[in-house]
Amino acid sequence: MKVKRKSKFHIPTRYILLILTCLCVVLLFLSQALKLPTGPLNTVAGYIFVPMQKGISTAGSWLADKADNLKSLQKVQKENEELRALVAELETQLNTVKLEQTELQTLRELWELDQKYPGYEKVGARVISRGSGNWFSTFLIDKGSKDGIEPDMNVIAGSGLVGIVTEVGPNYARVRSIIDDTSNISGAALSTQDYCVVSGNLISMNKDQVIEFAELSCPEEVSIEPGEQIVTSNISDKYLPGILIGYVQTVEPDTNHLTCSGTITPAVDFAHLEEVLVILEKKQQAQ
Amino acid sequence: MKRKIVVFLIIAICFLLQSTLFQALSFASISPNLLVVVTSSFGFMRGRKEGMWIGFFCGLLLDIFFGPVIGLYALIYMYIGYLNGMSRKRFFPEEIRLPLIMISVSDLACNLLTYLLLFFMRGRFRIGYYFLHIMLPELVYTILITVFLYYMILRINQKLEATEKRSASKFV
Repeated sequence: MKVKRKSKFHIPTRYILLILTCLCVVLLFLSQALKLPTGPLNTVAGYIFVPMQKGISTAGSWLADKADNLKSLQKVQKENEELRALVAELETQLNTVKLEQTELQTLRELWELDQKYPGYEKVGARVISRGSGNWFSTFLIDKGSKDGIEPDMNVIAGSGLVGIVTEVGPNYARVRSIIDDTSNISGAALSTQDYCVVSGNLISMNKDQVIEFAELSCPEEVSIEPGEQIVTSNISDKYLPGILIGYVQTVEPDTNHLTCSGTITPAVDFAHLEEVLVILEKKQQAQ
Repeated sequence: MKRKIVVFLIIAICFLLQSTLFQALSFASISPNLLVVVTSSFGFMRGRKEGMWIGFFCGLLLDIFFGPVIGLYALIYMYIGYLNGMSRKRFFPEEIRLPLIMISVSDLACNLLTYLLLFFMRGRFRIGYYFLHIMLPELVYTILITVFLYYMILRINQKLEATEKRSASKFV
């Protein structure tokens, strides 16, 4: 303290607070209004923290693996005996299934069902950090602009939609998942191709692990039933069409008797997300 | 200088743990807020100025990686650090009550502000639900972690102050 009092340019803490407050407010407006790219900050922070996050998540999954191994060893031995019996039984079944499989293959080719996600170029990425705090459901992946990832690219896992890339650093990218409270997607029911709006909701996700949909037009003769698949719609401006979002859990007619709303169980298990695929094609380019 | 490096390491470790390990260890998808503990502790241990700067950098870090906009968390955490610094005169290292109260209030304030600015403004009005299911569990979890983390930060700070005093007396 003594040294500081002697120095000529000592600014009281109060004023520093004021200056920093102004700085924050300016940053807030700049990043909100102008969508200011936070390039240098991202780069520096990315190079410092992303390698560490990678390390921790790798170590974490390794440890979890080991723990699981120990726990399951006894179980496995017991299961082994049961499974041997099962194997014999299943082998006979397998032969019939194989026959059916080849049949299915030819049918698929006929119906071009394998064209579901036609030739999108994808890149695999690992989830390295699951966000902080309990309000939002965003996470970081270990691929960034160096790997060709850009904002607004769709992220999938397995066959279901995970979310969208919202921000990119050189070696990491931030993904906002579809269960995030601020996420809104234009979806469609697969069988009727009626549009709806799918929005993440923190409350319903916390309570029942579901997200909400609304404004699904359902005339009385065609009713949507629980189990119906909801996919991304072709009118969405950021999501590629036909990616599975989830399955209808509950559905209720709205008071206007024209539309329905309800809840959707997401197709992806967000609690155990470890690897995701980023589709390198953007909706804007695709068209 | 040494203090700056040590503080940076503490912030980095807490941030990394918070965004990786504790997300995996979350109970009912609720995880504790370590950075608020760091900001708040340094606030009442070291005063307004240091609390303010540490809060600012903790918040900025969160903003860069996870914030919806740059600067919001920096602002919130900065004020948390600054306000905690005001209670420095009432702080005694052996007393755990003041730290617990200050950290609890800080965590609650941080969550309330997040709710008001990012949820309430978007028409999510069920504050009762959010309070019971998000803020309160996080508060309890954070307090549990505080009991350990606070003592660690306290020890580190005492060691730092001891070496600073030694080197200061050498120069005089």
